[in-house]
Amino acid sequence: MRPASVAETVQPPRLVAPRRLLPRGAKALVSLDAHLAEHGPLPTSALLRSSFVGELARSGLTGRGGAGFPTARKFESVARAGRERVVLVNATESEPLAEKDRLLCRVAPHLVLDGAEVAAETIGASSIVVVAHAHCLEALRGASAARAGRVPFTGSCTVERAAPGFVGGEESALVNWLNNGKALPMSKPPRPFERGISGLPTLVLNAETTANLALIARHGAKWFRAAGTVEEPGTLLLTVRGAVARPGVYEVPLGTSIADLLELAGEAPPGTPLLVGGYFGAFLCRGARAAAFSREGLAPHGASTGAGVVQVLGEEECGLMIASAILRYLAGQSAGQCGPCRFGLDSLAGEFERLTAGDTRASRAQLSSWADQITGRGACSHPDGTVNLLRSALKVFSEEIDRHAAGHCVAASPGSCR
Amino acid sequence: MSASRLRVDPIACDGRGLCAELLPELITLDDWGFPILATAPVPPQLLAYARRAVRACPRLALTLEPAES
Repeated sequence: MRPASVAETVQPPRLVAPRRLLPRGAKALVSLDAHLAEHGPLPTSALLRSSFVGELARSGLTGRGGAGFPTARKFESVARAGRERVVLVNATESEPLAEKDRLLCRVAPHLVLDGAEVAAETIGASSIVVVAHAHCLEALRGASAARAGRVPFTGSCTVERAAPGFVGGEESALVNWLNNGKALPMSKPPRPFERGISGLPTLVLNAETTANLALIARHGAKWFRAAGTVEEPGTLLLTVRGAVARPGVYEVPLGTSIADLLELAGEAPPGTPLLVGGYFGAFLCRGARAAAFSREGLAPHGASTGAGVVQVLGEEECGLMIASAILRYLAGQSAGQCGPCRFGLDSLAGEFERLTAGDTRASRAQLSSWADQITGRGACSHPDGTVNLLRSALKVFSEEIDRHAAGHCVAASPGSCR
Repeated sequence: MSASRLRVDPIACDGRGLCAELLPELITLDDWGFPILATAPVPPQLLAYARRAVRACPRLALTLEPAES
């Protein structure tokens, strides 16, 4: 037995975070040689075509872009449709609080491109399109150029710049942007898996989902399931920000508790409210610290992993003011195509601003009624996501709304949130 | 004959409101003047009125679709 060192007397964090997607060292795996030295080669195209969908289904991978749909079922839908198909990797991450996809594309661009090629080989697609913002465009373009002639995939791979704006990352808006130069969501049906890029069936995958494909293709479903829960296997990239000592992107197994993640990120007491999921997410109070990061763990709190964001509010920040600013931002980001979103979100933001300002004529009942009217009535999920955040704020900051009406504010102290 | 359901294309819809005037049994307007449709299949006795509302939409945003079970 080794003698106890000073470091060992310090209590270790309860959670040892695995590093599957993010490189283990501090160094980014930018060159193809370094990437292959770390991860090894991909299986052959023939092997992927014959058996990967089954392996993917057994792995239980779900989409990491927010919707959490089983990835294997997406593959099957696209593979059934048409003759020619396209793989579209969504690395736009237009959520303002999230940084995980852009980090992944910068430090492990080949893992993302590997996954895109695995998807293309499996469903028989001859072209791949990757869409990203400026943060990681060059990393992806450089990686893509370095792969020509050195990987089994012989089809085309282009890396396109995303349109600015929040809704531009929605999958039908991405397709519309690439086809017509308009980053606006489209009416569904048809969905992109039926008619996408150039009218062809298109498999749309988030960047983190895509990187997971590269690992499942190499190591198999059983390996993938060694992290996470039985229902929701694998790891999750989370952007942790706000009042923590070590903000950043963390890779944790699904099912990790909020408390363990915050310990890793160095949260100082006393347990202020959290915004989980991003701008479409939900506020969680101190009592929810035991909840696990998974669909199952967060659902009772009205939350989901969403865009993989955990924002810890500072004690000096007011949750109502933060919610108010987010609602105003989201109202401004409406594509303006659907009436309930175009006019309804502006109404919501205005009434919530009056509530935050302590205007006693502002009505929670009115907000709830509008929320019910708006839900489910947009061509995309922008109005529903906005309503989700509103409902959460009304619920957990209920007592703080009373205080504001009486002319007080306790900011984001733990007592502001129930 | 199989049941039908009303559907609105929310992008095409401009909130003219004719549909809600012609078929108030199944269509109401929200606080901004846009139609909220009944989700249940159109009852047989209202089918003719539903077809009339569909034809009257100046934006061609309202349609009758086979109701999925």
